[in-house]
Amino acid sequence: MTKRQFWQRIMVHLDQPLLLGIGLLMLTSLLTLYSAGDGSWSRVLGQSANIVVALACMWAVANLPLHYLMRTAVPIYLLGMALLVGVALFGEISHGARRWLNIGVATIQPSELMKIGVPLMMAWYFEKHEATLTLKNYFIAALLLLMPIALIARQPDLGTALLISASGFYVLFLAGLSWRVMGVMFVAALASAPVLWSMLHDYQRHRILMLFDPSQDALGKGYHTIQGMIAVGSGGILGKGYLNGTQTHLDFLPERTTDFIFAVYSEEFGLLGNLILLGLYLFVIGRGFIITANASTYFTRLMAGSITLTFATYAFVNMGMVSGILPVVGVPLPLISYGGTSMLTLLLGFGMLMSIETHKNLVKT
Amino acid sequence: MNKYVELKNHQREIFYFRLRLAISIIFALALLGILLVRLVYLQAVRHDYYQTLAESNRISIVPIVPNRGLILDRNGVVLAHNYSGYTLEINSGKTADVEATINELSTLVSITPKDRKRFKKLLTERRNSETLMIRNRLTDEEVARFAAQQYRFPGVEIKARLFRDYPFSEKTAHLIGYIGRINQTDVDQLEESEMAANYRGSDYIGKTGLEQSYENELHGTTGVEQVEVDSGGRAVRMLSRTPPASGNTLVLSIDAKLQEIAEQSFGNYRGALVAIDPNNGEVLAFVSKPGYDPSLFVDGIDPQSWDELNNSPDVPLNNRALRGQYPPGSTIKPFMALAGLFYNTRSPGRTISDPGYFNLAGSSHQYRDWKKGGHGSVDMFKSIVISCDTYYYGLATELGIDNIYSFLSRFGFGKKTGLDLEGETSGLLPSQEWKMKRYKEKWYAGDTVSVGIGQGYNLVTPMQLAFATATLANNGIGYKPHLVREVRSARNNENRLIEAKLEFDMQIDPAHLDLVKRAMAAVTQPGGTAAQAAAGAPYHIAGKTGTAQVIAMKQGEKYDASKIDERHRDHAWFIAFAPAEQPRIALVVLAENGGHGGGTAAPIARKVLDYYLLGKVPKPLADVADSEDDQHD
Repeated sequence: MTKRQFWQRIMVHLDQPLLLGIGLLMLTSLLTLYSAGDGSWSRVLGQSANIVVALACMWAVANLPLHYLMRTAVPIYLLGMALLVGVALFGEISHGARRWLNIGVATIQPSELMKIGVPLMMAWYFEKHEATLTLKNYFIAALLLLMPIALIARQPDLGTALLISASGFYVLFLAGLSWRVMGVMFVAALASAPVLWSMLHDYQRHRILMLFDPSQDALGKGYHTIQGMIAVGSGGILGKGYLNGTQTHLDFLPERTTDFIFAVYSEEFGLLGNLILLGLYLFVIGRGFIITANASTYFTRLMAGSITLTFATYAFVNMGMVSGILPVVGVPLPLISYGGTSMLTLLLGFGMLMSIETHKNLVKT
Repeated sequence: MNKYVELKNHQREIFYFRLRLAISIIFALALLGILLVRLVYLQAVRHDYYQTLAESNRISIVPIVPNRGLILDRNGVVLAHNYSGYTLEINSGKTADVEATINELSTLVSITPKDRKRFKKLLTERRNSETLMIRNRLTDEEVARFAAQQYRFPGVEIKARLFRDYPFSEKTAHLIGYIGRINQTDVDQLEESEMAANYRGSDYIGKTGLEQSYENELHGTTGVEQVEVDSGGRAVRMLSRTPPASGNTLVLSIDAKLQEIAEQSFGNYRGALVAIDPNNGEVLAFVSKPGYDPSLFVDGIDPQSWDELNNSPDVPLNNRALRGQYPPGSTIKPFMALAGLFYNTRSPGRTISDPGYFNLAGSSHQYRDWKKGGHGSVDMFKSIVISCDTYYYGLATELGIDNIYSFLSRFGFGKKTGLDLEGETSGLLPSQEWKMKRYKEKWYAGDTVSVGIGQGYNLVTPMQLAFATATLANNGIGYKPHLVREVRSARNNENRLIEAKLEFDMQIDPAHLDLVKRAMAAVTQPGGTAAQAAAGAPYHIAGKTGTAQVIAMKQGEKYDASKIDERHRDHAWFIAFAPAEQPRIALVVLAENGGHGGGTAAPIARKVLDYYLLGKVPKPLADVADSEDDQHD
């Protein structure tokens, strides 16, 4: 086997345009982390390790034929549910929420697993019943979505619960849930809001109100939003220049390597840099949609569409939060924020997209 | 929707899917579009504004600390409040030589060695470069003198602050507790519970007592001011202000006057008193003596006072009512009698003959009655009235430890009562299982004998015994004891009443209750062990005396109070409820080293009952008490 053949073997199931987009975003991440860490290499090296591990996992998933991928849906979902129930019963409380499960060697956050597990399970379910879809099937699929959501919302982790709801909803939408039912769901959600509201404790209401009006909480999370907006706004058209952001380097920005990394980038690279960043995201999202359109089976279409839309949603929610149009929920900027778990979850998703793209001809026959 | 199952038309499906996909693409583009618009707005349109904010840096967020909630008694008497005063504070970061500055300052205002020691302690404990207090409660004159000389002291300033004050001082110290400066442990806890933001700017937090257990109600919500500051850090203008919301006011079920009378009735005795309204669990008085001056702790206690309090043989910092664990002595007998009736071990009419001691079958060890020579023929009624030990040695043996354990635990012995104060201890109700775990030894018949007179392994807290007494007074229906009756919101005048919470109904046979209650009422009549203390009361008191041994007597040795060191004398107990027919108050008195319950503890209880039921103020207090009319007639 020549070197060239070996290389081809490695690359055969990787989608090159997608890999290019992801790689450029990762480079941006390392570049920004160096600045956010005040010129220290520790975060850059840490993130590099995260990227290497996540890329390896992505490669493995991309090489997985589609029928194997489908077979993982039920086990992953059941495992996730079991872990979520475990968290509810024995989970560790940290910062007032019960989200982590200690499994001896490490503590894990099962809601992270469900970001992939839920859409995977729903897509699998629709594929199974593709030939005879009735309203009942949509109902069951919705139930598959609601069970983990309820457990996650109870932890309480409203941010993650909403995001998983979104990715599950995308599957329902792409599976062809009728507009009328969606309308009914929307009205029902609106109608039940006052009832749910009256069931909440005072402090819970307060916390929700605070999400929508950060100035109410200027000592806590509202402070983040205010400083984030100043960082973005003061960046201007061209930015203050790499390593020159005053908000970043004078310590005004909180959580600047994780949830607020977009503020660091915006301050130093300005509107121009943001156009490039949005362009990169658009490129990845666009490629995701092309893969979706070309997908050969019902399962892969739903899965690819949901992954792509979810990715777009994460990017929107994080940047919206930093620029002050969305409440502060703990959502990292995909592929850029520091963090191993979110990097891994995202790349598992991209691995599936690549598998869907590169294995489609094997099924089409 | 579809009444019949339709096989899919592949082409049509693809078409519909592509339609949905197209909508998805538009949706994603819309999301990115919204972001783009927002970024153009922030970075191009509003750039100058944010640029200014970023450059002049910028916005200073100033927390406004809320006023702490008040604590009132059931009649509105203030037990904890705030008053404003002046403090002299030093910013150690801006002061070159702190020692010299303090020496200079002492020529203007009086600074005692205690103040200096406290300041040194604050200096080592400080959290960040905050200003530290050297003197509090400055007089107007001192303020004026310093103000004239202020230019000489950069980094030293006078601040108006709110101080916490406890008008009843040591009389309510164990009840109200105190606030103290926030330390690292508090910071960690606040961060853990996501409360840290609300404590920005706060210096104090509840450390013990109600100040601690109701911290969340009392603290209030911190307000915030956004001010634009110039490069020197001076405020240029205010951008926005959210006012703070004061903490809630606690209205206690405690009657301050009753508390005061109870406290003073102890005289020089150490001990505890807990009085409960048996009909709803409201705690009316909660005394642990001696107390301490809580205001010493508010601004950090100086090391000397701390040593005095901490090393005193009287252990004034120990909350005896809540945490003190003592053998219940004979006060356990009414409960034992109920157990005997419940398990049908002894019928009311059965008499035993008391020779003055008890021994187990096949053993020569004598368990002595407190009365040499015995009480003669004793039935259940008489056993309570004269507190016959021999009767209960036998009863306990016949019941067996398992039955005793299961019946007494229903009265709440061996468990925390769940009072709304932190740090309660659970006493000890022994069982076979417990002994095996604790001593790796099996339970002996001899262990059961002394449990019968409350003198074995069993330990109770005054709070626990008060709860059990209140439950007995209320015919076996227990209400959860609580100190706070109402939480008043300063913000919206919303008052939250803490309602009586039914804990359990033991469903005791009324005939059993009647017998035990009548016997307890006879305890305070001529011939009973507390007759003297109750003499002349125009209402009936049901009670039971008790004596808890502090040191064990050898076989054949005689207890002689005069020969024993004062601190090894027996503890005196008295439990009571009144009026015996329709109880409105149930209480427990413990006088440490007080000797006999009837002689020491019962008279204290009498004074408290007289005030609560008749409004009668005891003599030495009469001049202290004001003329405010009482509701207790």
